[in-house]
Amino acid sequence: MAEKTKLDANYTVKKSMGMGTIRVIAYVVLVLLSLMCLIWFYLLFINATRAHSEITARISFVPGDNLIDNLKKLFTSTLDFPRGILNSAFVAFASSILTVYFSMMTAFAVHAYNFKGKKAVHVFILAIMMIPTQVTSLGFYRLVVDTLNLKDSFIPLIVPSIMSPITYFYIVQYMKSNLPMSLIEAARIDGCMEISILNRIVFPLMKPALAVQLIFAFVASWNNYYMPAMILSSSKKRTLPILIYTLRSATEKDKDFGFQYVAMALSVLPVIVVYVFFARKIVGGVSVGGVKE
Amino acid sequence: MNETVKKHSKLGKDKWGYIFLIPFFVAFLVFSFWPLIQTIYFSFFDHYFSQTDFDYVNKFAGLKNYKELFTPETARLFFNTMVMWILGFIPQIVFSLLLASWFANNRLRIRGAGFFKAVIYLPNLIMAIAFGMMFFTMFSRGGPVHQICEAFGMSPEYDFFFHIGPTRSLVAFINFIMWFGNTTILLMAGIMGINESLFEAAEVDGASQFQVFRKITLPILKPILIYVLITSLIGGIQMYDVPEVVTKSSGMPMSKDIFSLNVPAAETVIMRLAKYISKSKNYGSAGALSVMLLFITGILSVVVYKFMVKDEE
Amino acid sequence: MKKVAKVLSLVLILVLTVGCFAACGKKDEAAQGKVLNIYCWNEEFKERVEKLYPGYTKDSSDSSKGKIGDVTVVWNITPNANNAYQNALDEALRKQKDAKADDKVDLFLIEADYALKYVEPSVSMSLADLGINVSKDLANQYKYTQDVVTDSKGNLKGASWQGCPAGLIYRTDIAEKVLGSSDVDIVQKAVKDWASFEATAAKMKEAGYAMVAGFDDSFRVFSNNVSSAWVDADKNVVVDKRIWDWVDQTKKFTDNGYNLKDSLWGEGPWKQGFFMDGTTFCYFGPAWFIDFCMNCDQPNSVGDAGKWHITVGPEGFFWGGTWVCAATGTDNSELVKDIILKMTADTDILVKLAQTFSDFVNDKPAMEKLAADSSIGNKYLGGQNLYGVLAEGANKISIKYASAYDQGCNENFQACMKEYFLGNATLDEAIEAFKVKIKTVYPDLKTDKIGR
Repeated sequence: MAEKTKLDANYTVKKSMGMGTIRVIAYVVLVLLSLMCLIWFYLLFINATRAHSEITARISFVPGDNLIDNLKKLFTSTLDFPRGILNSAFVAFASSILTVYFSMMTAFAVHAYNFKGKKAVHVFILAIMMIPTQVTSLGFYRLVVDTLNLKDSFIPLIVPSIMSPITYFYIVQYMKSNLPMSLIEAARIDGCMEISILNRIVFPLMKPALAVQLIFAFVASWNNYYMPAMILSSSKKRTLPILIYTLRSATEKDKDFGFQYVAMALSVLPVIVVYVFFARKIVGGVSVGGVKE
Repeated sequence: MNETVKKHSKLGKDKWGYIFLIPFFVAFLVFSFWPLIQTIYFSFFDHYFSQTDFDYVNKFAGLKNYKELFTPETARLFFNTMVMWILGFIPQIVFSLLLASWFANNRLRIRGAGFFKAVIYLPNLIMAIAFGMMFFTMFSRGGPVHQICEAFGMSPEYDFFFHIGPTRSLVAFINFIMWFGNTTILLMAGIMGINESLFEAAEVDGASQFQVFRKITLPILKPILIYVLITSLIGGIQMYDVPEVVTKSSGMPMSKDIFSLNVPAAETVIMRLAKYISKSKNYGSAGALSVMLLFITGILSVVVYKFMVKDEE
Repeated sequence: MKKVAKVLSLVLILVLTVGCFAACGKKDEAAQGKVLNIYCWNEEFKERVEKLYPGYTKDSSDSSKGKIGDVTVVWNITPNANNAYQNALDEALRKQKDAKADDKVDLFLIEADYALKYVEPSVSMSLADLGINVSKDLANQYKYTQDVVTDSKGNLKGASWQGCPAGLIYRTDIAEKVLGSSDVDIVQKAVKDWASFEATAAKMKEAGYAMVAGFDDSFRVFSNNVSSAWVDADKNVVVDKRIWDWVDQTKKFTDNGYNLKDSLWGEGPWKQGFFMDGTTFCYFGPAWFIDFCMNCDQPNSVGDAGKWHITVGPEGFFWGGTWVCAATGTDNSELVKDIILKMTADTDILVKLAQTFSDFVNDKPAMEKLAADSSIGNKYLGGQNLYGVLAEGANKISIKYASAYDQGCNENFQACMKEYFLGNATLDEAIEAFKVKIKTVYPDLKTDKIGR
């Protein structure tokens, strides 16, 4: 390994900081950062248990006793939150799965094959990555509503996920260090079809990277408000962010922060569960590993 | 690596490269390229929704939209955006590298590493509005953070959101909190791919922690680091919802600087673009600003990418 | 060119109206549509119709639908965030002519801040054309609620079930200490016009209190009483003298420490003033502000102690409200007419609305009856009956000068002037910033005339 020889050359006996000191620093930093990360969730869930007037009055770190009332409002509301959760879950699952699968396919094409214009394709996709989504949102809306006549449909929120340059880029980078060509060659010699090399050999090897990207894609879709709000119009199809924004746009008189916070808490909860489940998979998947060069 | 591929690949197999690219490019042409062409097309038109006629005004305007945007004010929007991005990105990359190397370090054996990893990613799951709402109550006058600062001698009249430095820093801080866990996970996935024996060998050789990090971890992480830097840069240029919520969409406070202009100090490019698109439906100016944005993002990314790739050789 | 356009548009309107009459003539009541589309941004109107419109039945499987007789009611709800509601409505109304009968917008809801955007163009129907006799059927409504939705030709184009007249809400304990009495008449004398208001503010400051908490507390009071619109006939943005009065007053208040340098809905001192340990003397607001925004049910709040009182204040103004408009091209004109009449002018229903939703309803006799009822007292106001004060305020409001651009002008002007008050910018600099914001939001407006 090149790195190792380099290291040998730079061999020094300089005494480094003791492992114990580093460990103490590490724990202090980790605990502080964790607190900074968790306080928002703590406040979110605390506010979900408080009444509107309590929340607007002052901040509190102690739970209130309004959780049941807030939940009641949530489930009896004409806004139909259970339906919103299902809608969001469906759109987020479908689009994140499309994202990771097709990004893997695209990355595989560029990583494993030699064809004319391969480098150009790579650079081109990187260039696409630079297009801010907002730049195309207007034309996209016109296309969906006027040309394709897909207003109030989930399709325009799901199908475009096939193209995700950022996910592609990550997977290509990952393949560079984790997908040896020898493995693919071996499979070819065994007479594997190209598509089944992708599905049976590359896919399992890519699992840790795919899981990471799946989470990212899922969360992005789950929290997405801008496009869904423009495209979905019937209340049967509303996703969670749209419902939360509907609550937020109540007049000052009808505004209910307790209701809003319980809705937000409920929309965050499933993502945390999904995340915790996949977080294990990532760690597990990496240690299982594959063939190392 | 390319050479080995060339040697081993059999004729005919490579057409699969094209086949596997089809879904991506079809999706791109339909959902991204066509809308983009429209955007560019609009940029040459006076194209906006007139409230009095209740319909779109649509007449050719040549470069008018570009001329109107080619001002120091617009430069200022880019400047604001980059300042807030850098303020957040530096701590983000520092802490992510630190954390990732700690987590991956077998000798350190961090207890509850799984828990910490899960926790630091959490802020990324929360919607920016929820973040913004709680952020206000924390940092506003009378909020807990403000009270702590008062105990250290800050005036009770001081309002973070009325001053340029604090407002920008708070935006950067939220971005940092929201994204450093994400970056850590990305870097970890890279570090975990590093062969364990490398670290062991270094250890036997008596290399210090810092040396291991510099000589082993960093070079292997380079592709992922490039990815993190570029995606973060792109994400930074597209910064929108955090400053939108924190400044209640005004982008204020106002600031004066070298341009001797009086423009909002926390208004980002996309905040302006969003106003064109959703408030005034001024698609002409939106198109022109989009094209400018496209150019600048492209140049920045090419610079970063070239710089990193050159460094690699 | 402009003349030609004007003539053309006149001809067009003529043709359209004639066409409409012809169409109406041809159609019988039997030709009414089967789907009633209502556009709105939240559940407010929906809840009220569901509860109180006679014969409305909810669809148990789909919360966005309901039935009135054999007509299906479809609620198209788009939240306000990012201007999404107006965008959705604009698109729908723009395509109204070509839309299928079942997709046509029939009713839509608007707010005062942008009312004229929909009232002035032909997208909304004059209520008279719907067959409503304005002077007879809507006689009980407060005049200002009709002014808000009257176009420049004098056509009434919408109606509201509620009024949101507002007053000056003050703390009785501070009034007693500083003004010697908390009596409404005495306090009203101390705030009867802006000069007195300022003099009182000085007294408050001397006693260690702030007259108001924020910069923009009084903005609505000034902006409701302007003598010219934000935008003139040539699409120039002009700042009315009364708006400058607000700027001058607020600057003075800020520099003299008469306010607490916060903003409306601020998390800091503005909110602290709702509690007994706050130092703010007064707020401007309507009934719903007291009931739902001032944390009156919280321990240690001023409302909980019953120490708020309300008086008319320097000038009449209103805050809030939702108006119902009929969309031009509706295929359910009969039902639309009936909904507007029942929900905004039927005294029985309005009284029930007041009881169920505690709305200040748009019915003068009903509210006057409440005002005269000495048994009614608001506990947050120490038992004061606020209806008398508000009804008096409601009659004083006159909204003559509004424009389709009010929302953006009001919002951005306040945001820019705040920088001036804080000393982050000079007045000229703040004005320049305002011009840029206006150009962004309204590309068709001219900003050269902005200035003093």
